[in-house]
Amino acid sequence: MRFRNGILAALAATVLAFSQGADAKTFKWAFQGDAQSLDPHGLNETFSLGYLGNVYEGLTAYSANLELIPALAESWETTSPTTWVFKLRQGVKFHNGNDFTADDVIFSWKRTLTEGSDQKVRGALIKSITKVDDHTIRVETPGPIPTLARELVWLYIMDKEWAETNNAVEAESPKEADTSGKFASLNANGTGPFMIVERQPDVKSVFKRFNNYWKDIKSNVDEVIFTPISQDATRVAALLSGELDLAYPIPVQDWDRLTKADGVSPLTGPEARTIFLGMDQDRDELLSSNIKGKNPFKDLRVRQAFAHALNLDAIKEKIMRGAATPSGLMVAPQINGHNPALNQPYAYDPAKSKRLLAEAGYPDGFELTMDCPNNRYVNDERICQAVVGMLAKVGVKVDLLAQPKSKYFAKVLAQNDYDTSFYLLGWTPGSIDSHNVLQNLLVCRNKETKAGQFNLGGYCNPKVDELSSQIGGETDPDKRQELIDAAFQIHKDDVGHLPIHQQPLSWGVRDGVTVAQRADNVLDFRNVVLP
Amino acid sequence: MIAFIIRRFLQSVLVMLTVALIAFGLFRYVGDPINNMVGQDTSLQEREALREGLGLDDPFVVQFGRFVVNAVQGEFGISYRHRRPVEDLIAERLPATLELSIVAALIALLVGVPMGVYTGLHREGFLSRVFMTLSLIGVSLPTFLIGILLILLFGVVLRWLPTFGRGDVVDLGWWTTGLLTVSGAKALIMPSITLALFQMTLIMRLVRSEMLEVLRTDYIKFARARGLANRAINFGHALKNTLVPVITITGLQLGSIIAFAIITESVFQWPGMGLLFIQAINEVDIPVMSAYLCMIALFFVIINLIVDLLYYAVDPRLRIDSTVVGRHG
Repeated sequence: MRFRNGILAALAATVLAFSQGADAKTFKWAFQGDAQSLDPHGLNETFSLGYLGNVYEGLTAYSANLELIPALAESWETTSPTTWVFKLRQGVKFHNGNDFTADDVIFSWKRTLTEGSDQKVRGALIKSITKVDDHTIRVETPGPIPTLARELVWLYIMDKEWAETNNAVEAESPKEADTSGKFASLNANGTGPFMIVERQPDVKSVFKRFNNYWKDIKSNVDEVIFTPISQDATRVAALLSGELDLAYPIPVQDWDRLTKADGVSPLTGPEARTIFLGMDQDRDELLSSNIKGKNPFKDLRVRQAFAHALNLDAIKEKIMRGAATPSGLMVAPQINGHNPALNQPYAYDPAKSKRLLAEAGYPDGFELTMDCPNNRYVNDERICQAVVGMLAKVGVKVDLLAQPKSKYFAKVLAQNDYDTSFYLLGWTPGSIDSHNVLQNLLVCRNKETKAGQFNLGGYCNPKVDELSSQIGGETDPDKRQELIDAAFQIHKDDVGHLPIHQQPLSWGVRDGVTVAQRADNVLDFRNVVLP
Repeated sequence: MIAFIIRRFLQSVLVMLTVALIAFGLFRYVGDPINNMVGQDTSLQEREALREGLGLDDPFVVQFGRFVVNAVQGEFGISYRHRRPVEDLIAERLPATLELSIVAALIALLVGVPMGVYTGLHREGFLSRVFMTLSLIGVSLPTFLIGILLILLFGVVLRWLPTFGRGDVVDLGWWTTGLLTVSGAKALIMPSITLALFQMTLIMRLVRSEMLEVLRTDYIKFARARGLANRAINFGHALKNTLVPVITITGLQLGSIIAFAIITESVFQWPGMGLLFIQAINEVDIPVMSAYLCMIALFFVIINLIVDLLYYAVDPRLRIDSTVVGRHG
């Protein structure tokens, strides 16, 4: 009997929940995976940070158009090239009711420097933080960093007292096993407009509106239910069936279906991510090639030959169904420092490509292996297959090794000593600024400073390095743009990498639901309005 | 009898040890576990200290022994991805998978057996031909496709049933069930049919051929000669005699239903162990992978053992044979 009462109570609770749901606005959405952890400093990955951006906040934030706006800092000024003074917002509450103060900022910054943090690079942009009063801080940087305010968007602020009470003072990496705590990975307490009230990793997350949020936002959503759905077909079907208000990514080949179906439409736009190919120009002999004793990619003519062999328009039309933007630059138009005048891709000219190969001493081409992820970017493996076909036409025989992203990244990244000769990668600069691309992808690799850490092919031109460090410290926008243009022009003349395109953002939305599709592929609940 | 059980039991232990060796091999050979645990800035000394702390320097046999001892106690370590003990994760996901598998097995039996009997009795009937054609589709279409087709028809076009997830579940403390809520029960329909379809057609075809065989035997002819009612002959004598192999196959198939739930679960985003396993593969979450492997093996071994014993109990010939062997031996 007690058992039955339990069931009745459960049923009653369900009924109650439903009747409440009638006037409360619930927003249901799905993505292909789940946030890796709730720890705001545990993993520097776009989706996890975007998901947590509804719960946690940084001193600054991005608007729907990726403009920098104040968040937990009301205003800021630079009193010297390396000194920033931030005025913190007053009256901001954490979800547990605690007040937000300067101590929380200092604590959170220090936390990003702890062992398990994946935000060490951001944390290292700051040398020290001095508390002037409860709502004013002075930040010293090791050198001039004009983009600091942009980087701080992703440095989320935690409540010091909450972290100390719950033994979560050190960042908890999802990559680590049992060497650090786990409270902050499973619980969240930020200042954002939504609180996480229920979470089963990989199954479901439920967010509730935080009523004491400091800002008026246009969203009318009271509750958000998030479900990760890994199968593309299931995700699209769930959207079509009306069970979801929003789902992404939608495979580009399903756009037609969404357009024709009642009640839903695709929402697309260019993503700020640039997809490109890279070549190993560092080793004296390629790891996977029939050319022994020398590295063909060290010869500019070979790199040029590769550039002219690629038909970017064919990739756009045949593989991306017209939904990509071919690119001649390593940064997308949304990125600060992009110059349309430099964005002309290398011309498609297979005859010239063959001639260049012959001049370089490879009239019959050569063989090598290409590394490619098959579940990371839009149609990544098919792009690689197309590249293999295009290179075959000029005599270069490429073996394609396409693998899931976990295997791919484990092979090609620094931890495995950059084990690749030719690869495909995509990059969105988190600071929405060109300097991030220069510093991570284009400058010479430096083990000490971690510069060029994702320059997997080891492209190295000291002039670019010099320009990059000048750009890093230049505060005058016009001068800075000139330096950025100069750096990109050198890189382009060197054929350091082969940019392919900006891939499309591909969301599906139920009619009547308004969302802002940010070019960094982040869904911000603050902009969601339900009918 | 006891010798038979002991022999069976020893075989089971051997199978489990072999599977444990493979699961353990995952830790050893799918990348260096230390690399999965430390940041890229960790120094060589710290790595060595961690290696020693985790006992990774011990000889292979010692490490394997430790793994087996822990596994026997149900400890598989901490999931790299979820940062929680693997046994907790599995306990959380097990109800979803078992509920789905058992409902699927029941559907397979309750629909498959009557269809088999019917097609066996009315070999040339129109309905029999329809059933046989349908069963051909059930056997030959991959589960993935069946699931997607069902979703398209009942989820997208007709909008009768939810396309993903488990609906609202009731938490009984030690078990979560979707059977007690309307949305939970509705969510169960499509995945369980998808999972049941292959087994159902298998059972139907098995019952049919067994029925055809039994109906030709002398004792059925004798029963007819005695003037027994058709009903009594078909169900009292014929069906009963077909059930021994059916029970065996169904029992064995229960194991594969649980194991094959992986595909169904990923199509319907069903939050069970199969989905956990698929996600673990994507994230190279080795503790979860090895625990899942060991557990599925355990299911198979236990079910096999039970079926063997049942078979032994049901079939008197087996009993006589083994006592004869026992006497000679």
